[in-house]
Amino acid sequence: MTYLTCQNLCLGYEGREILHDLNFSVNAGDYLCIVGENGSGKSTLIKTVLGLREPFAGYIGYDGGLRQTEIGYLPQQTDIQRDFPASVREIVLSGCLSSRGICPFYRAEDKKRAEENMERMGISELSDRCYRDLSGGQQQRVLLARALCATKKMLLLDEPVSGLDPFATAEMYRLIAELNRNDGITVLMVSHDIGAALTYATHILHIGSRIFFGKREEYEKSEMGRSFSAPAKGGDEG
Amino acid sequence: MIFSKLALYFQYPFVRYALIVGVLIALCSSLLGVSLVLKRFSFIGDGLSHVAFGAMAVAAVVGLTNDMLLILPITILSAVLLLRTGQNAKIKGDAAVAMISVGALAIGYLLMNIFSTSSNISGDVCTTLFGATSILTLSKEKVWLCIALSLLVLILFLIFYHRIFAVTFDESFGRATGMKVGLYNLLIAIVTAVIIVLAMNLVGSLLISALIIFPALSAMRIFKSFRSVTVCSAVLSVTCATLGILIAILAGTPVGSTIVAVDIAVFGVCYIVGLVKEGV
Ligand SMILES: Nc1ncnc2c1ncn2[C@@H]1O[C@H](COP(=O)(O)OP(=O)(O)O)[C@@H](O)[C@H]1O
Ligand SMILES: [Mg+2]
Repeated sequence: MTYLTCQNLCLGYEGREILHDLNFSVNAGDYLCIVGENGSGKSTLIKTVLGLREPFAGYIGYDGGLRQTEIGYLPQQTDIQRDFPASVREIVLSGCLSSRGICPFYRAEDKKRAEENMERMGISELSDRCYRDLSGGQQQRVLLARALCATKKMLLLDEPVSGLDPFATAEMYRLIAELNRNDGITVLMVSHDIGAALTYATHILHIGSRIFFGKREEYEKSEMGRSFSAPAKGGDEG
Repeated sequence: MIFSKLALYFQYPFVRYALIVGVLIALCSSLLGVSLVLKRFSFIGDGLSHVAFGAMAVAAVVGLTNDMLLILPITILSAVLLLRTGQNAKIKGDAAVAMISVGALAIGYLLMNIFSTSSNISGDVCTTLFGATSILTLSKEKVWLCIALSLLVLILFLIFYHRIFAVTFDESFGRATGMKVGLYNLLIAIVTAVIIVLAMNLVGSLLISALIIFPALSAMRIFKSFRSVTVCSAVLSVTCATLGILIAILAGTPVGSTIVAVDIAVFGVCYIVGLVKEGV
């Protein structure tokens, strides 16, 4: 079942094209890693796929019964202000809103779902703490728990490990892989950490001056994949 | 002594009305104030209050008996326009707000000067800018309109509370997951306009921002979750408004500035409490 199809996609800012003629699709259960250098347009692509930006040209289609209200999103940089008063529980719960329809209040099952996702992210003890007082890794988990409340089907993650220490990074990758494998959640992850991409992903989309889209094994064999991953394999930080 | 004097005043229905209206307006403005401050929209509140002043001047010139009928739609329309420009580009939006607000102020004063039949123009202007020396002069229709609109704002706020939180906290997440963010922003802008028009009766157009900002900022010094900040802000605002109105009645001071003075004092207290809390 195909969840997402992008055809002949062109995107950029204010008339300046960043990506030209992009084609890829995501099937249910896939773990697609989008790799590429800084500034190659990965975040822009994610935002366009989510409808936060208009593409210059091309087609973005959600099929297979996936609605926008069934997507979870972990942004790279949030506009969340430093001084925002919000408890962890309030933030995680707000992920349930998209499936709420017109009903103004949370139901018991929403609260249960939020508790479960906090449990799973290991942030249950933090649920009454203020978001702004948490460490970067903890904040990232809160936002991932919120994204999980919003979806049972597809997660879009934009550099979920940026700013995390190596231990928290490994833990985050493990969590995401588990969501993909055990819960069957389709994952679309942006990363410039090619090592992790090659460890966990089923598909790779490499964007930049040249574009590759295909299965991970094919990418590893391809000339593009080899040249890009060779120097990065040793040290995974970047 | 004080109590017997108050009891005497409260025998008059218009004093009771004034207190009810004051409390309701304070409640509404503080509830939305939290979102406006966090969304960096407080400047829109300021701009809108000047627009409301201009509209009031026009209403006075045209000779409308119920000036709210003109002020309300004009202010709502400006709120929607300001929100639009504010979203396109931050700096341009700021300039637009400044332009509209000083423009409305100047035109309003000009109109009042040219066309006013009143012999005490500066007194009239002062009243619209800083609030009547007492809200006891509110007409009965206005009192009921205030009560009805405040209740409407309260109900809307309760219904949309969770969505207002989500839109305030992280707009792009909301948009990405299919929330109608634009619609909620529009709702916030319209409700803000309504509150400003209401509050103009209580504190005058120059002091409205104080009513919106101070309780929210005070609460944010002490509390750290959205719900506790909202509740605290509401409680503080209602308390300050009640105190302010009572003091104004007893001491014969202008209602608007007395309320704001109490708000400032409470902010000072909250600031210190916040420092102490962080120290522990
Ligand atoms: N809001 C913006 N306006 C104009 N250009 C932008 C904007 N955001 C990003 N860009 C440009 O678009 C390009 C791609 O950015 P981005 O998608 O963030 O890259 P990546 O996420 O792959 O690091 C960069 O050259 C960046 O300078
Ligand atoms: Mg990026």
